[in-house]
Amino acid sequence: MSDIVIEQQTLNYIDAIREGISEAMQADETIFVIGEGVPDPKAIFGSTQGLRQQFGEHRVLDMPLSENAMTGMCIGASLNGLKPLLIHQRIDFSLLSADQLINQAAKWHYLFHQAVPLVVRMIIGKGWGQGPQHSQALWGLYAQVPGLKIFLPATANDAKQMMKAALNDPNPVLFIEHRWLHHTESLIEDNEATINELSKAMVLRQGDAATIVASSYMVHEALNAAQACAQFGMEIEVIDLRVGHEFDYATIAASVNKTKNLIVADLHPMHLSPGHAIISQLMQNGIQLQTPPRLVAQPNHPVPTSWYLAENSYQAAEAIAEAIAQSQNLTALQLKKILAALSQPPRTDVPNRSFCGPF
Amino acid sequence: MTIVVEKLLDLYSQIHLIRRIEEKIAEEYHQQTMRCPVHLSIGQEAVAVGVSAHLNSNDRVYSNHRAHAHYLALNANLESLIAELHGLENGCCGGRGGSMHLIDLEKGFAGSTPIVGATVPIAMGAAFAFKQQKRSHIAVSYLGDGCFEEGVVYESLNFAALHRLPILFVLENNQYSVYTRLKQRQPEGRSISKLAAAMGVSVLHGDGNCIDDVYGLAAQAIAQIRAGKGPYFIELDTYRWPEHCGPSDDDHLGYRPQGELAAWKARCPLQYAKTLLVQAGVALNHIQQLEQKNSKKIESAWVKALNGLTPNPKKAAEGVYV
Repeated sequence: MSDIVIEQQTLNYIDAIREGISEAMQADETIFVIGEGVPDPKAIFGSTQGLRQQFGEHRVLDMPLSENAMTGMCIGASLNGLKPLLIHQRIDFSLLSADQLINQAAKWHYLFHQAVPLVVRMIIGKGWGQGPQHSQALWGLYAQVPGLKIFLPATANDAKQMMKAALNDPNPVLFIEHRWLHHTESLIEDNEATINELSKAMVLRQGDAATIVASSYMVHEALNAAQACAQFGMEIEVIDLRVGHEFDYATIAASVNKTKNLIVADLHPMHLSPGHAIISQLMQNGIQLQTPPRLVAQPNHPVPTSWYLAENSYQAAEAIAEAIAQSQNLTALQLKKILAALSQPPRTDVPNRSFCGPF
Repeated sequence: MTIVVEKLLDLYSQIHLIRRIEEKIAEEYHQQTMRCPVHLSIGQEAVAVGVSAHLNSNDRVYSNHRAHAHYLALNANLESLIAELHGLENGCCGGRGGSMHLIDLEKGFAGSTPIVGATVPIAMGAAFAFKQQKRSHIAVSYLGDGCFEEGVVYESLNFAALHRLPILFVLENNQYSVYTRLKQRQPEGRSISKLAAAMGVSVLHGDGNCIDDVYGLAAQAIAQIRAGKGPYFIELDTYRWPEHCGPSDDDHLGYRPQGELAAWKARCPLQYAKTLLVQAGVALNHIQQLEQKNSKKIESAWVKALNGLTPNPKKAAEGVYV
C-alpha cells in the first residue's frame, strides 16, 4: 500500500461502504445503484442511506423482484456506457442472477472483447434464525468461474477501499459482505489503493506458532482465537485472503514456511470448501509442516433456523482454537483455558448485544 | 405496406444473400471444418431483413443461437462470420464463439448468445443506458416462442414497460423448440402477443414471411419507440425449414405434421419478395443480376475467410479479465 495517508477516521463497515459508494459516484457519473430496497427507509442496512438525495432518483433505484432480468439489464447497461452497482440483501438471492453472472458477465469480455464493468453486492447471513436459505457462503461457487472477481472485505477500511476499487474496475466484481461484519469498525485510510494492492493477502497479526488463513467474517473469528492464544504465550499469525478469485500464494507460503503449522478457516461446508484449494496448493508445492494442515469449515448440512438446533452449525473461534491446540500439542486443560479466554457474544446467534434481528 | 422499388430491391437482395449463405454453410458442413453447432435461418430470413431496414449502426441488436440472419441483415461482416464458423483468428470472436456467439459492433450487432432468453434483459440494459444518457438510439431483442417459457422474459417485459424503455422485442414464432411443438409447451390457443400486451408493452402481430408486412410493422414500431413512446413488441409468424441444429432436412423424423413443411415452403419469404418485385415491374434479368452479385460476394468472402490464420491455442488463456 501507498505511504501517503490523506485523512484518517474510524468508521463502521456500513458507513465505510456508503462512503465508498458515494465517493465513487461523485467521481464517476456513469455509476448507478439498483437493488430491492435501495431507496427504502432501511436502505440496505443503512448502506445506501442518503444516496438518492445526493445523486437523484435516476442514479439510485429500487427494482422489481426480478434478480435474473435485473442482472442482465445491468450487464447490458454496463456494455453501453453505465457502471451498475446491483445489490442482493442476501447472497442466496444471487442464485437467481447466476445465469447472467456465470454464463454472460463472466464470458462477455472473453468472447467479445467488450468490458463488463459491473459490481454486485451480496451479503452472507448468520444467526438470528437466518436458516437454510439466508446463511450460505456460496462465494466458492462463483470463485469457480473465470471472469468474475470476488472481493471479500473483512474490515471497514477494506470495505471502503474495495468498493471504490470495484466501481473503478472494468470487470464484473462480486463484492461479498457478511452481515456480522456490518457493525465492525476500523481506521479508514483513504489512500486510493489499487486493485492489485487490495488483492494481496494481508497479515493482520504476526506470529510464529501457526498460520491461520481466513477470509470475510472468519478473519474476525481467527483474530479472536489468536488473541486468546496470545494470553498464553502463543503467537498466531492471521492472514486475510481479501479476494476469492485468486490466492496470494506468496504471502501464505512465506507465513507457513515460518510457522510450519497451517489452519484454514472458511464459511463454506467442509465438502469442497475453498480452504481445500489453499491447503492443496501448499502441499503440491512441497511445503513442509510440523503437523497436518487443518481446515475449519462448516458442517455438511443446511443451517437450521432454530437457534437451539443451529448451535453447532456455525464453526467459529472455538473450532479454530481447537485446531490451534492440536497443532501445538496442547493438553486438554490448556485448551480449556484458551476457550475460556475467547471473546464470546452474549448468545450464539448474535454477534453482539446490540444485534437483535430480525434480519 | 407498399415499399418503393429501390428499397424492395435492397430487401430482396438481403433475403437472398442470407438464404444463399445458409445454403452454402449447409453444403460445406459435411467437410467437418465448421466444427461448431449451427442453427440456420432458412425460412425465417424476412424477419431480420424487415426489422433491420429501420435501424442504424448506433442502435444495439442482441440475439440468440439462431443469429445468422439477424447479423447479416445489418450488413455485418460476412467474412468474419464465415471465419468464426471455421474457428479462425479472423472470425468475429477470433474463434472463441462460433455460430452461437456473433458480434459486429460497427454495424450495431451487439452480441448473440445461446442460453434461451438470456440476451433479452441485456438488450433491455442497453435501452436503459440509452434512456439514462438521453441518447436517441434504440435496442432490439430477438427472441423466439421458446423464450416465453423462460421467466427472465416476463421479468424483462415488466421492467421495460415500467421504465418505458426504448426497446423493440422481435418475437420470431417458428412454433418449435428443437423438436417440440408450441402446443406441447404452452396452452393451445393462448396468444404470445396477448401475453406480452398484458405485461404492458405495445404489441403488433404480423406475417414474418411477408417482407412488406414485417417492414411496415417494424417501421411503425420503431418510429414510436424513437418518439419516446416506450417499448414495442412484434410477434412474427414464421417457420424453420432445416433441422434445429445442423445442415440437414429432418422431415423424416416425423415430429412435424405431414405436409406442414411443404405448406410453409410454399410460403417462402424469398419467393414472396421476388413476386413483389415482379409485381412492381422489376425485370427478371435485373433480379438475376442481383442474385449473381450476391453469389460472387459469398464466394469471395468464403475464400478470404478461409485464408485466415488458425488461432494459437496458447491464446486460449487470454482475455478472461480486462
